[in-house]
Amino acid sequence: MSAEQVTTRRESAVGAGVSTLDRLGYRLQRLPLHLVIIIFCAIWLVPTVGMIINSFRGVSDMGNSGWWTTLFPPHGFTLESYQQVLNIEGVTPSILYSVLITIPATVIQLAIATMGAYAFAWMNFPGRNLFFIVIVGLMVVPIQMTLIPVLQFFQLIHLNGTIMAVWLAHSGYGLPFEVFLLRNYLGGLPREIFESAEVDGAGHSVRFLRIAVPMTIPAIASLTIFVFLGIWNDLLVALTFLGTSPYRPFTVVITGLVTSLGGGWQFLTAAAVLQMALPLAVFIFLQRYFVRGITSGSVKG
Amino acid sequence: MDQIITAAVAVVAVPLVLLGYIVLGERVIEALPDRLQVAIRPYFWALPAIGFATIFMIYPLVRTVIISFRNSEDSDWIGFANYKYFFTFPDTLTSLRNSLLWLIFYTSISVILGLVIAILLDRVRYESLAKIAIFLPVPISAVAASIIWKFMFDYQAPGTPQTGTLNALIGTIGHEPVAWLINSTTNNAALIFVGIWTVTGFCMVIISASLKAISTEVLEAARMDGANEFQIVRLVVTPLLWPTITVVGTTMIINALKTFDIVYVMTNGAYDTDVIATQMFSQLQHSHYGRAAAVGVVLFIAIVPLLVVNIRRFQQQEEQR
Repeated sequence: MSAEQVTTRRESAVGAGVSTLDRLGYRLQRLPLHLVIIIFCAIWLVPTVGMIINSFRGVSDMGNSGWWTTLFPPHGFTLESYQQVLNIEGVTPSILYSVLITIPATVIQLAIATMGAYAFAWMNFPGRNLFFIVIVGLMVVPIQMTLIPVLQFFQLIHLNGTIMAVWLAHSGYGLPFEVFLLRNYLGGLPREIFESAEVDGAGHSVRFLRIAVPMTIPAIASLTIFVFLGIWNDLLVALTFLGTSPYRPFTVVITGLVTSLGGGWQFLTAAAVLQMALPLAVFIFLQRYFVRGITSGSVKG
Repeated sequence: MDQIITAAVAVVAVPLVLLGYIVLGERVIEALPDRLQVAIRPYFWALPAIGFATIFMIYPLVRTVIISFRNSEDSDWIGFANYKYFFTFPDTLTSLRNSLLWLIFYTSISVILGLVIAILLDRVRYESLAKIAIFLPVPISAVAASIIWKFMFDYQAPGTPQTGTLNALIGTIGHEPVAWLINSTTNNAALIFVGIWTVTGFCMVIISASLKAISTEVLEAARMDGANEFQIVRLVVTPLLWPTITVVGTTMIINALKTFDIVYVMTNGAYDTDVIATQMFSQLQHSHYGRAAAVGVVLFIAIVPLLVVNIRRFQQQEEQR
């Protein structure tokens, strides 16, 4: 979200040294532009803000009046919804399970992907291009296409319903994209560095661990954020492999409450706010990496 | 408690095991004759990645195709019966229709909105601030977004105070409240809009990145020639952005076909809002593996053209490297 060049572009539309009247006319002319932008921003901002405000209202208030009524006194803010949600059996542990699913799954897949990407970037072998084209193809395969056999596979090796199963499944599903991205990044590193290291007698393990990995840290960092949030926010994979297990993550538990409650679901606003707190914090504090991860994945891919 | 220990062990052990694999494996390989080294080493390095891809993607792909031709007990071949079911049963046909609606409207509207917003924001001083507002839903999970929008679409009987933002808004102009998620003329549109809302920021950021790469001189020249802003956008900017638009568009098509979370959380497919991914999931839950697999194959076949496009684009990029 860089603001570079914005000024020059904007001002290039107006000539320099125009009269006050012209400037006023220009301002008026641009009024619809600002109006449209403000409407867009409102549509994209108000729903989230409204729900966050609602989550701090009394549960009965939420069912009786809109969130906007709280903007005027008496506000009546309370943490009632949060207490109610966290007191539901299984909700607090599910937040822990989300963490226990997300961190190892992220570490496992990125470690394997970096290693594989190194082979694809810096080694020649028969079938390399074919394998890589398969990986490019796998990037768009919907995971729905794999759920049943993977489920049966986990049943066969008695992993079904365990957190480990979800680590493995996420790792498998995430790998094609990660190998693709890291291979492009690694392949873009200067060849001379690897060659001179080879001349100095450094084996592949040294070249990988001392040169390739440290130089790839920026790409790995962006990817980590991206993968981490993807798994934290995931519903389908967790629902399929942990749907009836005691280790259901937060998203699955919230979804279960939404569908089972029917009426009186209003206090779940608190659950939604808790669930999205982490992604929003990551986005706000690591915005640059986050956006870089998205743009590098799509523009170059 | 056990789970915490397992997770902690995994976080430490997996990189350590891989490290050991690399260091020890390399030691073994280095002891081999040169020619053997060259032949074995790449496979040794790529093995974990290729292994995972094979177990979790390639093998399941093949297996799903096979399952789709078998009965739900996986004991007998039944030909195209599962497919016939999918293309004749009213419920699954509804899901097919809805997925088509998602494909058309979700894809086109999110890309167009992304483009329009990127171009509009390019012209104002508060661009980066406005971008944050539009991008905000992207990191939010579909589960949380669904709860956000359940409140927007909330419906109370006419005459009582409306708690849903939308119904309160249309109430101010004297319109009767609408049960957005139940009413079959609005519910699919409502769900698709939620999808668009979550993804427009994504489209905008990518399109904006390549918009910034267009040199000011090009636009300057067009202005000198007397083109107005609309002509510039239509005749200069959009054609230059076309490669990016197609990339974003293909991503959106895939998203549209895979749509699951929003529908599952907001309506669970009720009131004729099922899409093929939720349809597949309910078949899976009822252990109709054959039928679920057939739905998966249909989904995959729909994506094959994009797969080919992706590979082509990759090959073109490789030639330029």
